Amino acid sequence: MLSAAGPTHAGPVRIPMEHGFSPYTDNGGTTLAIAGDDYVIVAGDTRQSEGYSINTRYCPKVFKLDNNCVLATGGMAADGQNLVRRLKQSIEQYHHVHAKTMSPSALAQLLSVVLYGKRHFPYFVWNTLGGLDADGSGWVYSYDPVGNVEKRKWACAGSAGHLIMPFLDAKIGHHHQSQIDAKTEGKPGSVPFDTAMKYTKDAFTSATERDIYTGDLLEIFVIRKSGVTVEQIPLKRD
Amino acid sequence: MVTGTSVLGIKYKDGIMMAADTLASYGSLARFRDVQRIVPVGEHTLLGASGEMSDFAYIQEQLDKLLVADHLAADGHTAGPHFIWQYLSRLMYARRSRVNPLWNSLIVGGFRDGKRFLGFVDLQGTTYEASTIATGFGAYLGQPLLRKAVEGKEDTLTKEEAHKLLVDTLRVLYYRDARSLDKIQIATADASGVSVSEPFKLDSDWSFGADIRGYGAL
Repeated sequence: MLSAAGPTHAGPVRIPMEHGFSPYTDNGGTTLAIAGDDYVIVAGDTRQSEGYSINTRYCPKVFKLDNNCVLATGGMAADGQNLVRRLKQSIEQYHHVHAKTMSPSALAQLLSVVLYGKRHFPYFVWNTLGGLDADGSGWVYSYDPVGNVEKRKWACAGSAGHLIMPFLDAKIGHHHQSQIDAKTEGKPGSVPFDTAMKYTKDAFTSATERDIYTGDLLEIFVIRKSGVTVEQIPLKRD
Repeated sequence: MVTGTSVLGIKYKDGIMMAADTLASYGSLARFRDVQRIVPVGEHTLLGASGEMSDFAYIQEQLDKLLVADHLAADGHTAGPHFIWQYLSRLMYARRSRVNPLWNSLIVGGFRDGKRFLGFVDLQGTTYEASTIATGFGAYLGQPLLRKAVEGKEDTLTKEEAHKLLVDTLRVLYYRDARSLDKIQIATADASGVSVSEPFKLDSDWSFGADIRGYGAL
């Protein structure tokens, strides 16, 4: 390839060099969501890391939004927080303009559009959105940084996402388990609430053992028709 | 590029305490030996900076403008520690998003209305709050010492203990960080307001150096 630059060989004159700057960083952390017939669980740990350092043990990455939806963000914390700020503004704006609350499906589409709007300088965030549809049944939308979206019954993302996902596929989706008894284990993709809570806690305590970027505290949001509640579970702080 | 090294910040019983040395380096040259890297911002807030010192000067200018506007409004509201931190996070994130960052790691500490605040902002717009924060080299050499002494003891650690902890931690950094200085300042934010100490000398003992042979093994 032709180049307009001068000689590149070592010599007495140094070519001035910019210090490399990356606008991106990975702050680790794991998020998970399980949707049931009348609930959605959206959970995430609260550790924020950078490299081998723990920045803080409490920096929430799961956010309750004003329209009874919960958004879990993972990846770059600064991008995640700013994305959530934008979404909250849009949700409020929508409320004023249309005199109604934004539906979860509308928010799911909005998020995809917002993410794709920054296709050429993406938010470095892996989102998981939980909400109840018009019938009151739970759904999870999961995204990549540029807005690809999929509607699912369970999802997980982040630094221990690859550790937890197959566990959820097996326990909730009953993947590759033709012998499973639907009477005791329930239908695939439809777990009782208590069981889903147990899976959530087990998934995070296990992930904390193997993933250095997951730990300190687990925040579990539960969406029901009556509203959103939060529960905090301590994780290992090592 | 003139840079400052680590800044430390901790919570203690009565408020926030921060510490840094007074060196601004030009690469490996110890160029300016009397630069104040922790400054008061208004009546309740402290700002500590490591990284590019002229970017820090620019940040101080912006904050001064903010404080003047606040004063002229004369509406009874003034910028508190959390507000200053939030403002800086917007500034730093906006600049990183233009890929023209302000090359600093900042610690904001403060005390207002009976509440402590200690937060961090850097050139990528990363923000967090914690009971101990250390920038630069201090994140590796200082933070473990600070966490061990402070976590869980935020409400019992006395002013004297906090002061000793920061001096001891800066001493560790002085022994190992080649861009550090033994001239330091300690700043506090508590119910009585904010104050930054005059620079004072850190005592250290290098006499072990005379016994080192070769590369120091054995």
